[in-house]
Amino acid sequence: MTTTVTGPPAAPVRGGATGDAGGRARRRARLSRGVRLTLLVAFLLVFLIPIYVLLVTSFKPLTEADPGRAWALPEVWTAEPWRVAWEKLAPGIWNSVLLAVPGSLISAVLGSMNGYVLSKWRFPGSDVLFTLFLFGMFIPYQGVMIPLVQLLVKLNEVTLAVTGVPGVFYGAIPGLLLAHVVYGIPICTLIFRNYYVTIPDELIEASRVDGAGMLRTYWSVVLPVSGPAFAVVIIWQFTSMWNDFLFAVFLTGPQSWPTTVMLNNIAGAQTVPYSQQMAAALLASIPTMIIYVLLGRFFMRGLMAGALKG
Amino acid sequence: MTRVRRWLPGLLLVTPSIIAIAVFVYGMLGWNFQLAMTDKHDEVSEGSFVGLENFFTLWDQKRWGISVNHAIVFTVVFVFGALLLGWLLAFLMEKGIRGEGTFRAVYLFPMAISFVATGVVWRWLMNSGQGERAVGLNRLFDSLGLEFLQWQWFRDPDWGMAAMAIPAIWQMSGYVMALFLAGFRGVPEDLREAARVDGCGEWQVYRHIVLPMLRPVTLSALIILGHISLKVFDLIVAVSGKQIITDVPAVFMWVAVFDSHDPAKGATIASYIVLAVSVFVIPYLVWTLRRERSS
Repeated sequence: MTTTVTGPPAAPVRGGATGDAGGRARRRARLSRGVRLTLLVAFLLVFLIPIYVLLVTSFKPLTEADPGRAWALPEVWTAEPWRVAWEKLAPGIWNSVLLAVPGSLISAVLGSMNGYVLSKWRFPGSDVLFTLFLFGMFIPYQGVMIPLVQLLVKLNEVTLAVTGVPGVFYGAIPGLLLAHVVYGIPICTLIFRNYYVTIPDELIEASRVDGAGMLRTYWSVVLPVSGPAFAVVIIWQFTSMWNDFLFAVFLTGPQSWPTTVMLNNIAGAQTVPYSQQMAAALLASIPTMIIYVLLGRFFMRGLMAGALKG
Repeated sequence: MTRVRRWLPGLLLVTPSIIAIAVFVYGMLGWNFQLAMTDKHDEVSEGSFVGLENFFTLWDQKRWGISVNHAIVFTVVFVFGALLLGWLLAFLMEKGIRGEGTFRAVYLFPMAISFVATGVVWRWLMNSGQGERAVGLNRLFDSLGLEFLQWQWFRDPDWGMAAMAIPAIWQMSGYVMALFLAGFRGVPEDLREAARVDGCGEWQVYRHIVLPMLRPVTLSALIILGHISLKVFDLIVAVSGKQIITDVPAVFMWVAVFDSHDPAKGATIASYIVLAVSVFVIPYLVWTLRRERSS
């Protein structure tokens, strides 16, 4: 509506004063760009403060622990804190690897199958089912934690009775892995579903006409183009399993503590010097930071899927 | 019959996941709620049904009131802080700027690190020591001649939880920025151009064209931040442990389960957290699905 009212008068004014107004506009654009850049750089520096502190402190010898030198670079650089941190953290890192590598692969396979069915092989009620899945993505895990612990304890009793091996699920990696895989189903399904929706239905139809069944079509048509979605899901699941603290603290014990719990134990102890705490924090973050640096593009897509967009 | 044969294999393929979600999400939510309605206040007793009693008696505990209060302060500061900062960063970058890739990468990278790891450095940065004993930010203020800015951070009895929101804002505002940036870029350039031709100034274009189109993104960000905030746990434990001065419901629940050995109380707190999150999330899910269907 406003188009017709304000449109005509604006045009001649613009046309009349091109030279001067154009120059001013350009100058103003340059100024605004300068201001924006300055602000962005300032925020960048603020964002990097914690990283500076982590790096600098982790290379300081104990003799430089004086608060007066807290922000200064080390006078003598030493890798000793890193060595000690590695010694303390290594069992946890190994546990995290045992958890996150198989866990993210299983999650991806499950998510891929679900996403395929919910986008290309729908059944009555599949949309409602998808919504019910999605709610599982948002539940606070506190709401299932106590029953989950009880169930895993029961599973321990069952496996003890059947195989004679104690402590298979509760207080061990398999129980933690089970929890992560199950509660990862919603987000993995969502990412794959949104990805598969973009495959033209004609391709699936053509495969059907050729007499291929559901699994055959999955194998020969859908799976070969699924690479990017697998990358997104594996990265997403690996990162959340590696960084998780809540499930780990409820479901694991000293033998099966993953990196985050071990790190928290190290950092929570008053006796551990800051340099070792910070070296341990960096060590614990290295795998996910490497993923972020190398595969940030896929990491971003997982994040955006978390916002239910796509 | 042929129709059934057409969809049955699909249903079979997702059946394991359906069972898993049914048991682990809905079954366990119900189980937890049912446990919250018993008097199983130690680990050995069977527990008999007491209705909603636990939900009322919890409010008699001083610590519960404190932790709810803390969660509210934390949520308000964190959600608005992260929204504002994320929006500002996106706004500054929206029109394209040299080195955009670098800025984005730096603002977003805290997302890749665990709250536990960042908690280590934030506890140091927000150390409450002042003057000679100051480390962290207090020391930085001191050496910059800004002594008056030194404070107790998360140990401050009134605004401690606001300090606790700072690391969370640091960690999440890059994500909000990415959401908003996608939102900004989703506004068609012709639409802006049309408004400019009609004589709108840049501010008016922004106010009348861009802002309304950002509403869905803002809502998504609000929901995501809100639900992260209501269940915040790792960050608090990593920065200050289980002290009452920074207690929130999720930490209180942990204490109830592992230190007080009171399953019914733990389940009651957990039920409250679920309820608080559901109030946000269920309408949002319904809204999203409706929008998806209509488009």
